[in-house]
This record gives sequence, structure tokens and C-alpha cells, in this order.
Amino acid sequence: MSAVTTPQPKRPREEGGLTLAQRDARLAYALLAVPVLIVLAVVIFPLLWNILLSFQSLRLIDLRNLNLFSFTPTLDNYRRVLSSRGFMELLRTTLIYATFGTILPILMGLAAALLARDAFPGRSIWRGFMLFPYIAPIVAVAFVWRIMLNAQFGIVNEWMVDLFGAQRISFLSQRTIDLGMPGLHEFPLALSMVIFFQGWRYFPFSFLFFLARLQALPDNLYEAAEVDGASLTERFWFITMPQLRGVMGTLILLRFIWTFNKFDDIFLLTGGAAGTEIITVKIYDWLFGRSDVGAAAALSIILALILIVLLMIYFRWFFQEDEA
Amino acid sequence: MTYTRETIEQFLIGKVLRWIGILFFFLITAFPFYYMVLLSFRSIQNLLTDPGNLMPDWSLVASMETYINIMKPVSQGGQGFYTFILNSLMVATIATALTLIIAILAAFAATRLDFRGKGLINWGILLVYLVPAIVLAIPLFVIFSKLGFRATVERRLFGLIIVYLSSTLPVALYMLRSYFQTIPTALEEAALIDGTTRLGTIWRIIIPLSVPAIASTGLYVFMIAWNEFLYALLFLLEERDAWTLSLGVAQLNTQEVPKTMLMAGSVVITVPIIILFFFFERFLTQGLTAGAVKG
Repeated sequence: MSAVTTPQPKRPREEGGLTLAQRDARLAYALLAVPVLIVLAVVIFPLLWNILLSFQSLRLIDLRNLNLFSFTPTLDNYRRVLSSRGFMELLRTTLIYATFGTILPILMGLAAALLARDAFPGRSIWRGFMLFPYIAPIVAVAFVWRIMLNAQFGIVNEWMVDLFGAQRISFLSQRTIDLGMPGLHEFPLALSMVIFFQGWRYFPFSFLFFLARLQALPDNLYEAAEVDGASLTERFWFITMPQLRGVMGTLILLRFIWTFNKFDDIFLLTGGAAGTEIITVKIYDWLFGRSDVGAAAALSIILALILIVLLMIYFRWFFQEDEA
Repeated sequence: MTYTRETIEQFLIGKVLRWIGILFFFLITAFPFYYMVLLSFRSIQNLLTDPGNLMPDWSLVASMETYINIMKPVSQGGQGFYTFILNSLMVATIATALTLIIAILAAFAATRLDFRGKGLINWGILLVYLVPAIVLAIPLFVIFSKLGFRATVERRLFGLIIVYLSSTLPVALYMLRSYFQTIPTALEEAALIDGTTRLGTIWRIIIPLSVPAIASTGLYVFMIAWNEFLYALLFLLEERDAWTLSLGVAQLNTQEVPKTMLMAGSVVITVPIIILFFFFERFLTQGLTAGAVKG
């Protein structure tokens, strides 16, 4: 780094007769070459190659003598994945998980942001705690939840038994539970738990966004409404909420994409058991459980296609509503 | 005093409900972490016989037995966490340093230099940012196996660093670029006239002025690399000596290992992140919103 500390006399025209603009452009390309090459090699190339893999009959043990481009294209992988038992259920679980796993953290984040909007004693420490679930490593928090929800020695069961004399429940390995109400006789238990986990872990993200937006709202918006006699709840619905629409749209979009692609959380919490198998976990199962690289690639392409279609619907709906 | 809708709402929502809410959110965020630390200081027998007890076993706090057990190498009957910590530290630090160097230079090019194809950068960032990790996981696994990146401990960790670098580069570039745009160019122009080179202005002007943005970007990248699980699982699983902390913790979840050790492992991986957070809370919070951290 000592080279840059010795100032060099600047000449208007460098060797080769390049203009300043040309030299700037050259420097820019040189500086951008590294990130562009890395992204091409580790993101774009694998992405395209994944498409090829999905049309290839390939098992894990064949990897060693794999030839990158010479293969007989086949649709077998797609056929196998789409016709496998439970594909429709897989799709359904994924959509339920992604939808409620998007809504719950956003609602919780909104609630927490509204609470933190006006100062209270200890607010800055409280705000720090709010971010814990989000910044803590996924393995640590997933296992704490597993132990808290454990049927034998988990604290949640312990409290339920003490307080209500309830039966012990294995929250994360029981598919459904009878809540004893009409329509709730087969309530999906494990799936609800992983959605609650989503709410707990990712609400801080929405919290930060909502809080930043709320604190930027001008006071005079509310003063006028107060003079007009709008109550607290009215002020919330008619002034605060419309102001949060933009943030809400962004959060729904980002959170849905990320939840839809999420692997770690369910893999660590349930391993996909008890009615919580989602597409990403199934991809892992095809790859290592069944050593079927081709089918895993095909399912990951299906995942990407479903996401693209859903995003197109979202954007159409979003822009139509804006025009209306 | 009359009971109007306003006063009743003010009292119920503004006072009662608000404090219940504040307490509720505090409990749900703080308790799991307390529980994690608590279990790491209890014996497994004690946990099984008295699950509702919320006090640690003070003799275990004093002896740190569970922690010493997981730190010890496997040859001495431990879990080898010492190695995992070193691996995680190395991978996360190198990935962060490389990402920062490359992203600072690229962000400089994107904000200060004129060249054809500048608009493509925005699209590139967005595109790469939205590619699901699981879609890349399969081809990367195949390519890395083919290229021998899964042959030795060093090569496995090197492969992992490359993956972390590529997945954090776009957002690091995005964060730094938005910050660089806010720095006025007058200072750099003056320095250029005084004979500093283009690259010299990065070192002498842009970096010193962007310390907060670089800190939040660096923290963000470090956090991602430290917490990452999927790629570590794919690339490192068969080679215990190469495990990072997150994989090491996940592999404690077996029938043979007591859950109290699993919790001690969870504390070990969480504490550095919480410490970083308390020291750099302001930077980190900025980073979380500015980069819209993927998670």
C-alpha cells in the first residue's frame, strides 16, 4: 500500500495517447473484472448448467466420470419428480408455508414497530433484544426451539402440564392435532410450529423497516386528525396504515421470495417430517437421500419457475392496483 | 373526566395494551436465549428429572464442564469445537476481507468512473441477489466435486470462501455504492488536480470517509458467513476437520450427545455475534436495513 502514498505528477495525456475518459473506462473495467468473473463462474455458469443437469440422467456415484456436455437429453427427471407420490401435497405445503411464513413476521414486525414508536424507559435495550432472533445463527435458534418444544423435557410442555394439566404434545413431530372445534379437528400442528418459528425469527426484519418509516412520518399529519376528533384506532387505520403501504409491498415481496426458497429452517427443525416437507427440503432429499442428481436439479428448476410465475402475478396485481 | 371513545382507547390501547405488548415481545425474544444458556449449565440428568427448573446448576457454572467437554478434541473424548471455531473464524474473516476489497473497488468504479455498460451493474446485482441458494447448490456441488474442491480440508474451506464471497458480493457492492454516491466528489477532484492518482483517491479520501458504511457492510458479510449452514453441509460434511461452527453444532444433534452439550454449542456460536452486535449496534442496524439482509 506504500505505492499510493507517493503522489505522482499527473500528466494530461498518458502513454498511448489515451484521453482521460478512455483511461477511466479502462480502469473501471479492470476494477469490475474480478467481481464480474466471480459472479459468472459461481452464479451464472452454475445456474445455466443446472438446467442442463435437469435433462441428464445422473446419480451421485457417476460424478467422478461425469462429462460436462456430452449426454443424451431426457425428460425422465421431470417425469419422475412430477409423478412422484405426494407432489401435490409438497406444492401445497410449500405455498402454505411461504404465505403464512410471510404474513406472520410482517404482522409481528408491525406490532413491535408501533410499540416502539414513542419512547419508553429502556426502549433502546428493548430494541436491541428485538433483533436477537434475527441475527443469531440459524442452527442455534432452531435447536433451542426443538428443545423448548420437546415432548419429554421441553419447557413448553412442562408449563402446559403444570398450568392446564394438558397432555404432552410432540409439537414438531405430530402431523395434526384435534383442537376440539368444528373445522379444527385436523389442525396441522408441526406446520404451524415452523410457521410460528418464521414469525419469531424474521419479525425483526419487518420491525426495522416499519420503525424507520414510522419515525419519518411528520407529526402534523396526526395533529390535524386529532383536531378533527379522529380516535386512536381511526388515526391508525386512516393515517398510519396508508403511509406504510409502500414498505408493506416491499416486505411482502422480499419475505415471500426468501421464505419460498428457505431450506435451513425446516431442515433443522423437523427435517421435513410430519407434514412440513417443502420443495427445498425435497431437493436435498433427492440429492442425498436418493443420490439422484438429475431429479434434484429438475425439482430446483421447477422451484425457480413457480417463483417466477408467482412474481409475475404479484407485479401485475401490484401495478394494476396502483393504476386503479 | 368523561369517558369518551378517545380517553378509553388512550387508556386501553395506549397504556395497558402497549405495556403488555412490550413485555410480550421482550419475553419471546429474550427467553429462548436465556433457556439456551441455562441448559448449557445443567446436567442432562437434572434436565430430564426436573425440566421446569429455571435456575442453572451453579457448580457447572463454576466448572464450565459442558463447555470444556465440547471444546476438547475428539481424541480426548470431546467434540472438537476448538477446530470448528478456528475454521469459522478463518472462513468468515477471509470472506469478509475479500468481499470488502473487491466491493470497494467495484463500487468506486460504478460511482466515479464513466464506462459503457454501467447500467448493467444494477441489473446484475438484482439478478444475483434473487437467485435461490438451493438452485445453485446442486451444480456447485457437482462442479466442486469435479474440480477436486472436496478433496482436502484446505480445498473444501477454499471452495466455501469462494461461495460466500460470490453470494455476498452483490449486496456489499449495492450497499457501498449507495454510500459512495452520497460523498461529494469535490474533495477527490481537488486531490486529482494535486496529482493523486484515481486509485490514490480511494485510499486517501473515499475509504476514510466511508468507515461507517464499510463497517456495516463488513459486519453484514461476516455475519452471513459465520451463520451459513447449507453450503457448509454440502461441502464439508464428510471431513470433520473442515467443519465450521454451524455444521459442528448441527452435528451435535444426535442420540448420543446430551442436549445440554447441544445448547453449549449453540451458545458458543451465538455469543460472538451478540458481542459484535453490542459493539457495533448502530452500524449493524444500518446494514440490516440498507442491504435488506437476506435471511
